[in-house]
Amino acid sequence: MISEILQQLINGIALGSIYALIALGYTMVYGILRLINFAHGDIYMVGAFAGYFAITSFHWGIMPAFLFAMIVCAILGVSIERFAYRPLRMAPRIAALTTAIGVSLLLENLGVILWSPTPRAFPQVLSLKIYESIYQRFGVIVNNRQLVILSVSIGLMILLQFIVNRTKIGMAMRAVSFDRETAWMMGVNIDYVISFTFAIGSMLAAAGGVLVGIYFNRIDPLMGVMPGVKAFVAAVLGGIGSIPGAMVGGFVLGIAEILVSAFIASTYRDAIAFAILIIILLVKPSGIFGIITREKV
Amino acid sequence: MKRLVSLAVVVGLLLTGILPVYGAETIKVGLITPLTGAIATFGQSVDKGVRMAVDEINAKGGVLGAKLELTVEDNQAKAEESANIARKFIEQNKVIAIIGPVISSNVLAVAPIAQQSKVPLITPTGTNPRVTQVGNYIFRACFIDDFQGTVMARFAKTGLSKKANTAAILYEKTSDYSIGLVKYFKESFQKLGGKVVAEESFSSGDQDFSAQLTKIKGRNPDILYVPSYYDTAGLIIKQARELGIMAPILGGDGFDSPQLAELAGKENLKDCYFSGHFFSGSSAPQVRTFVANYKKRYNAVPDMLGALGYDAVYMLADAIKRAGKVDKDAIRDALAVTKGLKLVTGTITLDENRNPIKSAVIIGFDSNGNQVYKTTVNPPKK
Amino acid sequence: MFDKLRKLQYLLVIIGIALIYGINLLSLHINPYYLQIIIFSGINIILAVSLNVINGLCGQFSLGHAGFMAVGAYLSAFLTYYYQVPFPLALIAGGLASGVIGIGVGTPTLRLRGDYLAIATLGMGEIIRVILFNLDIIGGARGFPGISKYTDFFWVYLVVILVILSSYNLLKSPQGRAILSIREDEIAAEAMGVDTTRFKIFAFVFGAFWAGIAGGLWAHYLQFLHPSSFTFMKSVEILVMIVIGGLGSIGGSAISAVFLTFLPEALRYIKVIFNTTVDPRMVIYSLLLILTMLLRPQGLIGGYRRKVKNQ
Repeated sequence: MISEILQQLINGIALGSIYALIALGYTMVYGILRLINFAHGDIYMVGAFAGYFAITSFHWGIMPAFLFAMIVCAILGVSIERFAYRPLRMAPRIAALTTAIGVSLLLENLGVILWSPTPRAFPQVLSLKIYESIYQRFGVIVNNRQLVILSVSIGLMILLQFIVNRTKIGMAMRAVSFDRETAWMMGVNIDYVISFTFAIGSMLAAAGGVLVGIYFNRIDPLMGVMPGVKAFVAAVLGGIGSIPGAMVGGFVLGIAEILVSAFIASTYRDAIAFAILIIILLVKPSGIFGIITREKV
Repeated sequence: MKRLVSLAVVVGLLLTGILPVYGAETIKVGLITPLTGAIATFGQSVDKGVRMAVDEINAKGGVLGAKLELTVEDNQAKAEESANIARKFIEQNKVIAIIGPVISSNVLAVAPIAQQSKVPLITPTGTNPRVTQVGNYIFRACFIDDFQGTVMARFAKTGLSKKANTAAILYEKTSDYSIGLVKYFKESFQKLGGKVVAEESFSSGDQDFSAQLTKIKGRNPDILYVPSYYDTAGLIIKQARELGIMAPILGGDGFDSPQLAELAGKENLKDCYFSGHFFSGSSAPQVRTFVANYKKRYNAVPDMLGALGYDAVYMLADAIKRAGKVDKDAIRDALAVTKGLKLVTGTITLDENRNPIKSAVIIGFDSNGNQVYKTTVNPPKK
Repeated sequence: MFDKLRKLQYLLVIIGIALIYGINLLSLHINPYYLQIIIFSGINIILAVSLNVINGLCGQFSLGHAGFMAVGAYLSAFLTYYYQVPFPLALIAGGLASGVIGIGVGTPTLRLRGDYLAIATLGMGEIIRVILFNLDIIGGARGFPGISKYTDFFWVYLVVILVILSSYNLLKSPQGRAILSIREDEIAAEAMGVDTTRFKIFAFVFGAFWAGIAGGLWAHYLQFLHPSSFTFMKSVEILVMIVIGGLGSIGGSAISAVFLTFLPEALRYIKVIFNTTVDPRMVIYSLLLILTMLLRPQGLIGGYRRKVKNQ
């Protein structure tokens, strides 16, 4: 029984790290633009496909494939911002959100037309290794892929925290997300900072996409829809705009989803994410790490 | 002014529908299938099989001297879309028969329309028994859920080297197909004295089954029944094996695709079995020809959906031939008495509910992930 | 002046009803394919106009409209199928149930701003769908077949007249002005003494009610219900209608609803001309959304000029 609970926890942590990676991108973009980038889940999908083609068509190894995916998505993310979101920076929220939905649909359907909706098996570049010793000791199965996902997520988060808190560009990012107009008046190049944010967020999504390809073995043009929504919930849960929040939110959501699925009913698994979302929005919309801001007139 | 322009555009679009379609005397058939959307991969397989059959038949001169004229529309797996397309096919294209839709819920939206307009409809892949209950113009080319579920239950209980007493089920609760198969599997398995020790579910599109599989592993079942299509079943098999579940995994005809091995990982297919319509490695001449031609045309090994689409067309062609004329009612009558028709997915005879009575094959896998024929299960004698 | 308009309105309504009754009798002779498109257009008009009240007039970005439609559809079908409730009553019951759900959705989301509200309503819509998948008595994933075909031209266009009329009257009424003020500047409205809470809920209930009736009409035309017809994509389709029709424009919503119902059918012929089975519909919708927002946010078809609010 204990080993089953432990196993479920491990399942949850693995799932959570994926949500966390995607949530990081959401939270960064929201922090700086107050925009829910609906298309973020689809950028993750493009990352997975980029990695797939890098390995199968170009015959690159896993690290070059990762880099390729991240670069492709960075370019994609920056382009989307430049052409679809920037013109609407001064427009009401609804306009930007509607456009984001449009971009998301566009990416999904172009993906279906270009790459066919048939799911593809991601090449097994990371052969599976199960840690026997852990199994003997605790009765739980942990494999190397889970460790890779976990370490990459945490590693990227630490890197991200470093960039945001210890570098000049990071300071600029924080300034812009705090008060865009004042930052502009202080000489910060807003456009550049926003583009940079999108680039980083997209790179994280791309990494998530490739990792998911390796972990789950299956990619298709619609794979970003559900993870996109769930990662958004994770970001809100952790406090949208907060980087540690996105990580924590991702893990909490992953574990919650697994535990509910395991110990209550698997039929309501999807509903859990939405239920958590609504509860958080009602109880503490700023999330676990968020700060409540008074709406100023 | 702007409103006038938009109204004019709308009317203009309307008028394009009134333009008559000129053409030589052909037998018009309509195919409704999801070419985009979540299950596009299945819809495209059916489309491929249907087109190949139509082209083959036309190359040999058509039926009763006339060529088949196929119109294909994408219903995006949506009910109202299917209904719109069906109406268009019937009223505008004046089809004499409809093939499709692919999933039962879409067929249920279209069947009343076809029945009311007295246009024969053959669904190649809709497995819900209720589909043919809508009326006598509705036919199908595949098994119904009862049969498949029962076949696998019996196989689990008696056909495995280690006979199963307990079973765990992991089904797709948003899939009509999955729910149907599970219902009958459970019934049969329990009737044969088996015990279902776990029943977990998931939604279409889920990729992570670790929670459900971990729970199932804890119950230590003799077999695991996974009535899903290959795109999901592949993932489930992989995750199950990686979690240490080594029990045999059983499934339905949805497993039948070369992609299963890709997604699951060849080595994980050991001890997996499914009930299918046909065995692509079969030495039966029509299967070999079909597989060879399909490979040549599409550069891929056919899956079960492609084969069923192909067979649906041949079922129709055979009925038209027997009817002797291109008349909807005559064709319907001929279809209803289809008997002993040798097709790729088996020898078809339709019963009084217009469902095919045909044998199922049970297929396993070798260490390379290739399909291996296990046994044939014949339908119960009436 | 108002009296005269009122009396004119009543007269117009009576003429309208007589007209559609007459057309209905004729409709038996129209090509069923066209009739079907016309009926679906009518249902889409009801959906678009009702969503417009929530999103366009009140400025609350609701992405869960399909959920309201689903509730009305399933409840009315349930009543006619199991209890032989007369069609109009079943429709109204469906609408009322959706209205109640509208209260349920509107109340907690009151404090949420634009994007949060959008996601919350999306979540609500999805939760409704998940619940529907799990309710076996209405078929769940196997669907709910065998619903009687009570919907015809008359019923659909009667509701169309009613929804347009009530929306228009709402717009011109003091309550309508309150609702509009919430859209323009909620804090200012609150400061001026407008009970934003009450009116926001009212907008949701209004929109949900008509969406529920649209759902009932739909169910009794298609004769089959399945939860997969009420996804987020359906909500997006209705959203596309009101966006290109111009947020806030009742006429615009109606016209674009008709346009977007005919468009997929017209696209079929275009596909034949280009000899392809690739359905460009979704790509076109997404481009329409993006381009409209970028180039002409007040809508492509009809509509009043709406100022684009500065942040």
